[in-house]
Formats: sequence, structure tokens, C-alpha cells
Amino acid sequence: MTRRLLNDRSLPVLVILALFLIMFGWGSVAYTGFFSVQNFLNLFIDNAYLLILAVGMTFVIISGGIDLSVGSMLGLATMIAASLLEKQHLNPLLVILIVLLVGTALGFFMGCLIQFFDLPPFIITLAGLYLGRGLCYVVSIDTIAISDKFFQDAAHSQVKLIGDNFLSPSAVIGLVVVAVGAYVLHYTRFGRTVYAIGGNEQSALLMGLPVARTKIGIYALSGFCSALAGVVFTFYTLSGYALDGKGMELDAIATVVIGGTLLTGGAGSALGTVLGVLVYGTIQVLIVFQGTLNSWWTRIVIGFLVFLFCFLQRLFEARKGATAVGSISQEPAATAGG
Amino acid sequence: MPSARSLGRSKLVWPLAALGCLLLFNFFFTPNFFRMEVKEGHLYGNLIDILKNAAPIMLLAIGLTLVIATKGIDISVGSVVAISAGVVAILLGGDLAGHPKYPLAVAIVVALLAATAAGVWNGILVSRIGLQPIIATLILFVAGRGIAMVLTNAMVVWLYVKPFAVFGQGYLLGLPFSIYLVAGLLLLTALVTRRTAIGLFIESVGINPTAARFSGINAKNVLLGVYVFSGFCAGVSGLVVCSTVMSADGNNAGNLFELDAILAVVLGGTSLNGGKFYLVGSMVGALIIQTLTTTIYAFNVAPEISQVVKALVVYAVSLLQSEKFRRRIAGVFVRGRTVA
Amino acid sequence: MPEDAPILEMRKITKVFPGVKALSSVDFRLFRGEVHAIMGQNGAGKSTLVKVLTGVHEPDSGEMLLEGKAIRPDSPFAAQKLGISTVYQEVNLCPNLSVAENMFIGRQPMRFGRIHWRELNRRAEEALKRLNVAIDVTQVLSSYSIAIQQMVAIARVLDVSSKILILDEPTSSLDETEVKRLFGLIRTLRDQGLAILFITHFLDQTYAISDRITVLKNGDFCGEYRTAELPKLELIARMLGKELSEFRHAAEQAARKKAPAEPRQGAPVLRIRQLGLRGSIAPFDLDLDEREVLGLAGLLGSGRTEMAKLIFGIDSPNQGEIQVNGKKANISSPRAAMMEGMGFCPEDRKNEGVLGELTVRENVILALQARKGLLRFIPLKKQLEIAGKLIESLKIKTPSAESAALQLSGGNLQKVMLARWLATDPSVLILDEPTRGIDVGAKLEIMELILNLSRQGMGVIFISSEFEEVVRCSDRVAVLRDHAKVGELSGQDLDERNILRTIAEGR
Repeated sequence: MTRRLLNDRSLPVLVILALFLIMFGWGSVAYTGFFSVQNFLNLFIDNAYLLILAVGMTFVIISGGIDLSVGSMLGLATMIAASLLEKQHLNPLLVILIVLLVGTALGFFMGCLIQFFDLPPFIITLAGLYLGRGLCYVVSIDTIAISDKFFQDAAHSQVKLIGDNFLSPSAVIGLVVVAVGAYVLHYTRFGRTVYAIGGNEQSALLMGLPVARTKIGIYALSGFCSALAGVVFTFYTLSGYALDGKGMELDAIATVVIGGTLLTGGAGSALGTVLGVLVYGTIQVLIVFQGTLNSWWTRIVIGFLVFLFCFLQRLFEARKGATAVGSISQEPAATAGG
Repeated sequence: MPSARSLGRSKLVWPLAALGCLLLFNFFFTPNFFRMEVKEGHLYGNLIDILKNAAPIMLLAIGLTLVIATKGIDISVGSVVAISAGVVAILLGGDLAGHPKYPLAVAIVVALLAATAAGVWNGILVSRIGLQPIIATLILFVAGRGIAMVLTNAMVVWLYVKPFAVFGQGYLLGLPFSIYLVAGLLLLTALVTRRTAIGLFIESVGINPTAARFSGINAKNVLLGVYVFSGFCAGVSGLVVCSTVMSADGNNAGNLFELDAILAVVLGGTSLNGGKFYLVGSMVGALIIQTLTTTIYAFNVAPEISQVVKALVVYAVSLLQSEKFRRRIAGVFVRGRTVA
Repeated sequence: MPEDAPILEMRKITKVFPGVKALSSVDFRLFRGEVHAIMGQNGAGKSTLVKVLTGVHEPDSGEMLLEGKAIRPDSPFAAQKLGISTVYQEVNLCPNLSVAENMFIGRQPMRFGRIHWRELNRRAEEALKRLNVAIDVTQVLSSYSIAIQQMVAIARVLDVSSKILILDEPTSSLDETEVKRLFGLIRTLRDQGLAILFITHFLDQTYAISDRITVLKNGDFCGEYRTAELPKLELIARMLGKELSEFRHAAEQAARKKAPAEPRQGAPVLRIRQLGLRGSIAPFDLDLDEREVLGLAGLLGSGRTEMAKLIFGIDSPNQGEIQVNGKKANISSPRAAMMEGMGFCPEDRKNEGVLGELTVRENVILALQARKGLLRFIPLKKQLEIAGKLIESLKIKTPSAESAALQLSGGNLQKVMLARWLATDPSVLILDEPTRGIDVGAKLEIMELILNLSRQGMGVIFISSEFEEVVRCSDRVAVLRDHAKVGELSGQDLDERNILRTIAEGR
């Protein structure tokens, strides 16, 4: 019975949901003014860019890869957007389109390196992290403030919900990305191939799945999400700054892992990632409400949660290995010889 | 062992050649690049600056060389640098008059212990719990900087304890003190790895953990050891970083160091696939990176742009190490020959 | 058995790899509604033949006819499109996906541009029901046993439409009831008219399931037989490439050459009682004395390597005990085994033995150094001395002690492995197929060496699939079959024919 429950794919999501409810519930009991619908919505408003990054990262990690470049790609997106708007005075929609294209292209480039030359994703994307940051400075060394009206509107407008509650346009974009991500993962062949590659890339190849195309697509998608997150980020800061999104790759990875996606690939969900981001946001809010702890405790708590989830995944893996047929040491010749 | 020596030497040829080319380029195109001055008995000049600025990365690269030789990776070193700097800073205190809160020796030992403890943590996750190295060290990569910031209460701690400045700013016999630190640690590591069996065991585990285990080597302890040592090296590096600017900034100390250090090791000839390692090569690798930065700086380009160049170098080196890429190139070459 | 035209004919297939003729002019045919087994020792060419058929290798000459039409698949994928599907022992599916999804991934039923999950699950359930497998298809694959996973893999390839089903070692990791279940399925499919090619190392299974057997030996075609008409003993003889009469002859010779059964000479060094690991090897007893060579004889996949790995602490047993020199030893790792004075040269020299990038010297002193520990470093001079002495006494052909080991030939690599353990002066040395894949001269040298070592007092466990060698070297032979020890031979009884008989008869 327990085995069946453990094997249930919804279990990790349930665990993280429980974690979120406990945290949010605890905050509501411990601090007055913590619990309100708007406070819950604020979690989305404050973390929309992280949500978008994390959805892209979810694809990458489910496929068994990793993308360390997302933070600097976000920074690059803010720089390009600000520069094109303020120095070239291009149409804001055109600017967004260009930014998205650049992000996708860089992701595509890294995907090609990883796929065609069998290079480790973490090295390639770590170099991508450098590349993105460096390109930021190529665009400009200084902060560029954005005065464009479209961006100003996007930053200040509210999307009214029932009562006095509202969401920001950024949060709406974030939620749309989540919905699209969840749909693609569950209902399209591309999405299912992502899971297959994460489960066993060799098998996926032998089953005739388009592994190469999908893998490159995954990194292109992650690049796209980083660029979109960058656009959304400028809605908050109304500026482009070369250090925007510094260390954000870690936040994205952490929220994805806390959201129940296996770092070894093969399992995970966009819904889990949303919950991971909510937990992340709640920790931040809790620390603000607590008052005496500095905000860097978030990092430590997140690091601890990542450890906890990795550790549990590892335990689970080991147990599964033990309950399977047992460690049969194959006579090597059986596969090698004739 | 003449042939082993020459093999080691031939592996050093490429990084040295690259460094030579960079220096040669500077000789022709950067005015006064090689000029040395003696001021107050100390040597000054670009070359000395390169050595001095490369010191923190070189220290990290020593530890990382051993980790990479076991086919592992440690991406937490930058965060551990911040932790070490943070610990030493709070123990010395920000007293303006320069009176240390605790004795200097205590502060240094505790900082190194903290960094080593971080290494123990990484080592246990990799060797005992069996997490992949990248994932295991990711945890401290995330949390480490948070720990450093919490230690320093998210403020930049300025130090006025004069004697501590020696690590990053001091001079000995006309040369920066940090260079002696690097040389000392390098020599010690080289001695310990080459004059005991540790080097052989590390390489064996990196080449083929199964065969190493079958030969009676305790692979788990070898793994644990290299991560602990990497933590220690990051600790020393943290002291130098902190002393150079006489402050501990948890947010920026050691930022992106991990990539520089990994790049240095890989440039030095140690493969990311583990196996034979080249400590001196890694040092040359670190110098290449620093020379590159200095060169770019000399051309009045923002030094941050050197990151683009570094990224391209990483791509190039990874491609050269890729089996698939080599085969493709070889394929083109052979085809070209048959056509001709 | 239907005797109409074969669905598949492979004629005069030849495949040469650099330095090896893997297949020379091999014929093979497969009929609808039959299970056809290919039998042969290591290097007989079984897997090469299958790889030619499935498009992994291109044959150098010969032709393949599928339903009378010439085919030449250039990839497994192309072969599958032609209707030739393979299910490997390592199930090539994704453990993290549901059973149903594994069956239909890449060709999921779509509706309104999205995957129609309900339809997909329904189809999967139906397809499995046709094979008499009733399971919850929405559960992840890894929650089922390997047997079920294999059936899912079979269901998948059948659903893609299959004319020929190749089962490559499907039973290696199954227990008895699972094998029975799989065989039930195979019979159902056969009766439905499918042509099935079955590869296994298990003799009993071959006889239980196959209708016809093709025997290969060293890349040569040795004949095609109806299973019912080929006695087990004769099959084994054919696999070894000999006539039964030859064995009789050899036996007489051996009897003449060997002195009458000598009394056991030395003190017991190794005493193993009921050591076993479920799914790997059945519990066995084994004794080894000083100055004794104990042979382990058995066909490929009979559990010889498993036995060796259990003794040397590579796998942990789930029952039984080992005594070394009369004392109970806790051998939980290769390191512990080494400390008890054991040494082990694995069969897979490249992947488990020699560290190619290290020098010959480093390879030789590795185990000795591991035994001494980190700090008691063997000085370089001493290392060179040890390595030099062993290179000389074992006649290892190497440019120098400082050459990288990967430059050496197979026979010399084997000697390097031997040297590594001889440097530790072990009391027990386990050699797994030390003579495999090396030339005749080196073979003789190594066998000579084994005898010398035992004369000097070492207890040697010698594993080989060449029974002739086992008989020649060993004082005593333990016979294995189907992952269990089935007998022991010594003295006058020790000859090839008796080994064969023990294997054929089992317990």
C-alpha cells in the first residue's frame, strides 16, 4: 500500500502543497496582517519573473539537464530592452519581440553545443552565464532607466479581481506561462518526449523519439523563458542593469527542485514548480514579518530545502533499487561477447 | 622516471604556449606591459599585478584540480570563499583602532576550519549519500552565500587590523606575500600527492572507479578527501580575498570564482572526465585567465567584457575535449585527404 | 512445425572486424510460428548475427531475404520498420513513464491537437489483454517487475506491427515463475504465427522453449537442428566445436598423463559455506587449499563470474560465510578481501581491471599500495624495482615500465593484472577468464604461470570457458550451471567429458 502511494506521481506535489499550507498557515497564525487574499496574490505579483524562469527550468531539469545561464540571460534581456527603448527608441512591442528572439537564439545555440557534441550541460550553460553577463556590459556599463510609456503602464497597472484584490500584468503573464507550460508537458508529444529523455535517453532514441530536436528545443525554450522573465523584470525595475538576475539561476533551480522535480530527470511538473515558487515567496514574506532575521536567511532555508529534497529523492531511489530485482552483477561478457 | 616527466612536460606545453602568445601579444601591442619598477623595495608592474590578482583563483584551482581529477566538480568554492572571508572578518571585528576582537591566529584557524567543514559537507554528500557532485555542491553554492551574509549581517565589514593585511597586500623579499602562499600550498599539494600514494589513488578513482575499487582502493574516502581539501583551499583563498580589500562582502566576495577556477584547471590540461591531473598546468591556466583580463583592461575595455572572452574560451576548450567533436574534425580531415 | 518457405533467410553472411572474422559465411533461417534459438560460446558470433539482422552492423557479404525480398536495414529503426523488432535484456523503455505511455510514446493518439490520454490508455489495456497481461496501465513502468516490463516491451513492438521478434537474453534477470510467465507469452505468440528468435545462455530454457537450434562456433555455422533431435550433451559438444568421440580420446589421454589422485596437499586457505545471493547465484560450498588450483567450469552465464565476485566482496551475499585460514572473515568489500590476502583479476580487463591512462608501473603497484595505505608510500625506486621484476618474470612486453598501459596487447594487459596481484603476495588468487582473447602463446605462458604459483603455495581459483584449459591446469573443478554449483570433479574423474556430463545432467 505504501509502495503504491510512494510511486504515485502526485505524491511530491502533495508534499510540497502541504509544506506550503503549513508555512502559510503558520504565518497567518503567528503574524497579524499576514493572512489575506491579496497577500496570497502578492506572492505571484512579487515572484512572476521567478515563476517564468522556473517553468523553463522545469523542462530542462525534467530532461535530466541543467541551465545555469538563466539569471544572466534575464539580465541581458533587461539590458537589451532598456537600450533599444531608450537609445534606439524602437517600438516597445518590437523591442519585446527582439529580446525574446535573442534569448531563444542563445538557448538554441547552447542546446546545439550540448546535443551535437555531447558536452555537459552544466559547463556549457555555466559559460553561458558568463557570456550573458559579459554581453550585458557590451550593451552598456551603466544602468539605463526606462521611461517608455508602454513599460511604465505595464509596471503600474493592476488587473482587478473580485473585491479589492488584484494581480499585476506580470503576474498574469507568469500564470499564463505556467498554464502553457503545464499543457505542453502533459498534452503534447514534445512534452512527453522531455520526460522520456529524462527517464532514459538511450531508450528514447531506440523508441524512435526525436531526441536531438527535443533537447535543443528544451534549451531554446529555457532561453525564451529567461528573456520573457527579463522583460517582466523590467516591469518591476523600469531599468536595465547588468547585474539584474544575479544568482537567480539558483533560485530557479531551487524552486524547481522543491517543487518535486527530480534533479536526475524524468519526473516533475509545472504545478509543482508553482508551489515551489510559492514556498520560496512565503519564506521571504515570513522572514520580513519576523523582522529580526535578515533577508539572506531565505537563501539558507532554500539551500536546506534543496538538500532535504535531494536527500529524500536519493533515499527513495535507493529503496526502489532495493525492492527491484536485486543487484544482479551481470557477467560482462553476456553483453559484450557473441 | 624520464618518460613520465616528459609526458607531464608535454602536457604543460599547450597552456604555456597560450600564455606565451598572450604575453607576446602584449609585448608588441601594449605599451609598458613588461615594465617593472622598484618602489620602497617592492616590485611593481603588470606582471606582478597578474600574479597577485590571480592568487585567489590559483588557490582555488589547486583544490579543484584534485576534485576534477576524480571526475567530480565543486561549484561551491566561490560561496566558501565568502564564508571564510565572513568568518575571519567577524572574528577580527570592525574596530577602527585596529584591535582584533580575537587573536589573529584564532580568527584565521576558525575561518579555515569553517571552510574545511563546508568541504566535509560536500564530501559526505558525494561519497556517502551518493549525490552527483554538481548537485551536492549546488546546495552550498546556494546556501553558502546566504550563510556568509547572515554572518556579516548583510553588511560589508571593514577591517582595520593591520597585520591581517599581509595576506593580500603584504610583500616579502620584493614580491607580494600571496604569491608565497600559492607557492607554498602548491608545493605542499604536489609533495603530498606525488610523494605519497594519494595522487595515484585520485587518478585511479577518476579514470575508473570500478577498477580502482577492485584493486582495493577505498574510493569513498578518496572522494571525501578531495572535497575536504577543496574546501580548505577555498578557505585560504577567502583569507587572501578578504585581506586584499580589508573587508568582507558576503555578496561579492568570490563571486563567479568557481567558473574561473574550473576554467583554470581545464585550461591547465586536466580533463573534466577525470584522470591524470596537472597542478602546475592549473596554475598556468589561472595566469592565462588573469593575463587575459589584464590585457583587456589595458585596452581600456571594461574588464567585465572579458567574461565574454572567457565564455568563448570555455566553449572552445570543451569542444576540443569532446570526443564527438574530435571525431567529426578527424572525419573532415580524412575525407579531405581522400579527395586530395 | 510449418515447413513452408521461411519468413527470413540469411545466406552466407560474412562480417569482418579489424583483426577478427566475426561471421564467416553463416546461414540462418527462421519460420513463422517457431521459436528458434541461437547457441554458441563467447565470440561465437551470436550477437554479431543479430546485429547484422537488426541493422546495427552492415554485413561484408551475403544476403538477407524477408518474405522472399532482399533487405538491408541500416539501423535498428529501419529494421523495426521492416517488421524486425528486438526486446533486449535491459528493457529499453522509460521507467518513469506509465505503462500505457511507454507503449505509445511517439505515436500517441491525438484529438484536438492534444494527446488523447483516455484513448491511449484504452488501447494499451487492449493490446496487453491480447497477451493475457492484465495490469493497471496508468502506473509507472518502474513499479512493475522486470518480467512485466519485458512483456510491455514486447507488446510495444508487436503493436508497431512485427513479423519477427528477437528476444535477446530476456530471462537473465527473471526468477523462475517470471520465466514461466514469459514463456507462456512466447508460446501464445508462436501459436499466433509469429517468428521468434530467442537468445539465451540457459540450456534448460533453450530446451523448454525452442523448436529449432542454430549452433555457431567462432563465427562459423555449425549446423541447424530440431531441438527434439539434439541431445543436450551433443549440443554442448557442438558449441565447443568438438565431436563427442574427441572428448573420449582426450579423457583417455588425460587419465594417462595425470598421476593417480594425489591426496590434498596443503592446509585449507578458503572455506566457503552456503554463500549465496538471490538472483545472482544459488548458495554454494567451496574449499580451496594451499598449493591447489581449483577450476570453475561452466558455460557462459552459468554464474562463474558471479561466484568470483561474491567471494571477493564485490557483491554482498545475503547468506553464508567465508573462512580464511580457519578464521571467519567479514569480506564486505574488495578492500576487505585484499586485506585477507585475496586477489582478483576480473574478466573484463578493460573496464574493471587495467587503468589504461596510468603507466604499467602504476598499474602494477596499485593494489600493493592500496594495501599498504596512503601514507606508507612505496618509494619510486622500489616501485620501479617491483614493476621491473614482475615485468621480467611475467615476460610483459612493454616499451618501458613508464608506458601507458593502454598501449599493451590483451595478453600483456592480463599479465599486468596478474602482476598487480602478485605484488601483494596473495594467498588466494581468483582469475576470471585470464586466457580469453589472447593469443595461443600467451595462453600457454599464463597457464604455466598458474601452475608455478600454485607450486609456490598459492591457492588459485581459475575460471575459463575452455574446458581443456581447466582440466589441464586444475587439481579440482567445481562445475556450474544456470547460476548454481552442480558438482565437483577431481582426480581420475576430472576430464572434459565428465564436465560436459555434469553440465548436461545438472544435479
